[in-house]
Parts: sequence; C-alpha cells; structure tokens
Amino acid sequence: MIDVLFQPFIEFAFMRRALVGCLAISLAAPPIGVFLVLRRMSLMSDVMGHAILPGVAIAYLLAGLSLFAMSLGAFAAGLAVALAAGLVARSTVLHEDASLAGFYLVSLALGVLIVSAEGSDVELLHVLFGTVLGIDDAALILIAAIATVSLAGLAVIYRPLVLECFDPQFLRSVSPLGAPTHLAFLVLVVLNLVASFQALGTLMAVGIMLLPAIAARFWAEDVSGMIGVAVGLACASSVAGLLVSYYAKVPTGPAVILSCGAFYFLSMLVGIKGGVIWRLMPRKHLEA
Amino acid sequence: MSTPAISFRDLTLGYDRHPAVHHITGDIARGELLAIVGPNGAGKSTLLKAIVGELKPLSGSLDLQGLTKRDIAYLPQVIEIDRSFPISVFDCVAMGLWRKIGAWPGLGARGREEVVQALDTVGLAALAARPVGSLSGGQFQRVLFARLLLQDASVILLDEPFRAIDTKTVEELIALIEHWHGEGRTVLAALHDMEQVRAHFPQTLLLAREVVAWGDTKKILTPTNLDKSRQLTEAFVTHAHVCERDEERETA
Repeated sequence: MIDVLFQPFIEFAFMRRALVGCLAISLAAPPIGVFLVLRRMSLMSDVMGHAILPGVAIAYLLAGLSLFAMSLGAFAAGLAVALAAGLVARSTVLHEDASLAGFYLVSLALGVLIVSAEGSDVELLHVLFGTVLGIDDAALILIAAIATVSLAGLAVIYRPLVLECFDPQFLRSVSPLGAPTHLAFLVLVVLNLVASFQALGTLMAVGIMLLPAIAARFWAEDVSGMIGVAVGLACASSVAGLLVSYYAKVPTGPAVILSCGAFYFLSMLVGIKGGVIWRLMPRKHLEA
Repeated sequence: MSTPAISFRDLTLGYDRHPAVHHITGDIARGELLAIVGPNGAGKSTLLKAIVGELKPLSGSLDLQGLTKRDIAYLPQVIEIDRSFPISVFDCVAMGLWRKIGAWPGLGARGREEVVQALDTVGLAALAARPVGSLSGGQFQRVLFARLLLQDASVILLDEPFRAIDTKTVEELIALIEHWHGEGRTVLAALHDMEQVRAHFPQTLLLAREVVAWGDTKKILTPTNLDKSRQLTEAFVTHAHVCERDEERETA
C-alpha cells in the first residue's frame, strides 16, 4: 500500500525532479501568497501571471524554447509591470489594483499580439500550461535558486512588510522603509511566478501561491501560523497532485492546483478558524 | 517661555493651492500641553499632518528646532489600520518599539517586559494574546495609546483621540496624557470637547483656517473667540483669489 506513494518517485527520475521542483516552489510561493491575501491583492498575482506573457513571447521569438531566456523575459516583463504599477499607486491617486489593471491589460494585449504575429505554435502552449514532468536539471537549479532567494528576501523584509500591510501610516511615521519594502515584495512576487511558470505554466503558477494561503486563513490567526500552514498544504498538494497525475494519467499542473483546491474546500469546511461546520454547530458561549 | 519645541513662521498649509489654514506664526514650548480646537475644517488635522511631515507647507516655515521625525509620535484621526489583519494585541503594541529595535533584531526579554508594562498601564494586560480584530473601539484606542507609550517620543500629536470613546476610557487616557505632560513631553491634541480642554489642557490654540487666539486656555475659550472661529470657517470660497496678505501684519 505504502508503495503506491513512493514507487513512482523511486522508479522515475522525471518524477523525482518534478517532486523536488514542486516542493521548492511550495516552500517559497505560499508565504508570498499569504501577504498577497492579507494585502487584499489576491488577484494581483493572477494579473501578474498574464502580465509576464509578452516577456515570455518575445524571449521565445528571439531565442526559441530556451528556458533561461523565457524566464528572463518573464522576469523583465513582470518586474516592469509590477514596479510601474507600484510606483503609480504610491505617487498618484490611483489605488494599486487600478494601476495594475491598467498596466497588465496593455501587457497582455501586447503578448497576444506578439504571439499571433508569429503564428500559433504548439510549443508555446507548453509555456502557457507548463511542463512539470519535463523539468530538467537547469530548470531545477533555477527554481531552487529562486526559492532560496525568495525565502531569504522575505525574511529580510518580514517585519516592515507586516507593518506595511497592517498600518502603513505608522510605518511611514517611524521609518522610510515602506516604499523599498513594497517594491521588494513585488519583485518577490514576480520571481516566484517565474519559478512556478516553468512547472505549472503562466496561467496556473498563481494557484500554488494563492490557494494554500487562502486555505491557511481557516487554520491560523497570526501571520507566521498562516505561513506554516500554507507551506504545509502546498507541499501536500504537490505530492498528491503528482501522484494523481501519475496514476490517472492526467496533466500534472492542473492536478497539483486541483489538489490545492481540494485542500482549500476542505479547510473552508472544517477549518478551526471560521470553517463552515463550526459555524453550523455553534457551541455555547463562554462567560468572558 | 522656555525653548520652543516647534516654531511656525507665517506657515500656510493646504491642498492644491487652497489653504486649509494660513499664516500661522508662533512657538510651542517644550513640555507644553496644548489643545488645538476649532470647528470642523478649521485646519487642526492639517496642522498636525504638517508637523509629522506628511504635508509640505505651501509657504512659510515650520521649524522642529532640531527634533527629527524620530522624536515625534503621531496618532492620526483617520486610521488606515486594517483591523481584520491577523495580529495579536501584543504584537501590535510591540510595534511601538520600532525606533529602538528597528526592522530586524528580536524583541528580547526587556522589550517583552516593556510591552507587558505598557499593556498593563492601559489596562489590557489580560487581552495580550487576542487578535486586534476582536477588540472593541475603546479597547483598540487603548492599544494605540499603549503603542504611543512605547514610542517614548518627546513630542506626541493626538488627532481627535477620544472620538466614540466612553467616559471612563477617556478619563484614563487623559490621565495618561497628563502623565506624559508631567514627564516633560510636549503634547498637542486636536479636540472638540471644550469642557475637556478647560479641565485638562493649560494651553489652547484656537484655529479657524487661521489663528483666532493662542495662549492660556482660560483667556482663549471665550464666547467671542468661539463665535469668531465659527464665522471664519464658514467663509470658505471655492474660487478663491491669490492670497496677498501682508506678512508684517501677521507677525506683528
């Protein structure tokens, strides 16, 4: 019985690489997702997923199906959109969501234009939907490097970031770190999207960042607790998704994200902090 | 009057060239307990925002006399705090220690002790582990005062700190303000309750888009002055002309 869980990974190198890649992403992306959720910017990462398209497309046209070039293109495009939107939000009357929507729509249209100008290409579909089982060593190193940088970066900006989310006015009054923290955080978001798009595709990269983070809100009442739960759920979803995809012979990216989704619905039902079941069965209130 | 903590020289503040309050000249002494009163729209919040540096003067100058941003603690009227954020009362109050410990070092045993003491002072020690979202309005205001306490600033600015707060809480918070005054800190509070001001604040600045009167509370809060401030604020013009008021007259 237990063999069912280990055998695919023991037998196939591509499954092992996929597992390591997904676990690395699961360590780095969900903490970023937690902050996106807390900043009420959940949809921002989805937007960014679309915004990196022209970067990927241009890199693909220039360098072919080179992972490194496409990652670089994705990073450049994502960073340009995120920073431009962040700067506009900080310096004009527009809120971040509006300024981001403005930039990403332009970016997306540009991406579609570039892709269609060169005629459709099946290989480009891999970019959009990911090739988790095709992760080679170079991709693995890139993913692991990004995960490491992301975790270290988050540790460095953690305290100002919590303050920037909770009480930006107070942070402004005690420290000039608000703006640099905000921009560094946007860079981390883009980095993580670049790491996960290798495995899960540009459209689904967002799933592993956000779904575990949203589910974590039903289990924890502080930021560090939410991060722990989110990472745990993401790792479990990665393993479950890979196994499901192996045995049921379904694409891996959607399988991983659907596993995340399953944990989300489960958390919503039974989560100890406001899950549906606890609401339906209210216990008697305490004295104080 | 001892050395000033804050000096205004013909200071005009506003938004998009429209002055919210103009031609303020005067000094706030170190250790002063000053109430800033005036009708809505008189420029009270604007003045406090300018002191913390959130608003640049349109003209004139504001001199903090060597004090930096670090020496000023500010409790704004409209708070941008996200109350649904998952953070405990303890952690929220601990933010007050930012100036001492900054972005990276740990709180340490002494820091924790200080936070507990601050919570104790505002009577919330028992709620330290609760999430801030579960507090009542009055309890949350106490949390913000505990955070101010830890900021240990020499100048404290409070913008309408007692809105929607019950009498008992107000009394306790005023006691805290008087304690700060006793410690020689400079405290400025924008208020609207004249009885409160008469009872607890020795100095008053009466604003109505300009200085109506400034000095000892007893001499300032007269019916004549209050009437005058009301009339001045109501005379707001959307298409105002360029102000050519003579600097001489104001400073005289």
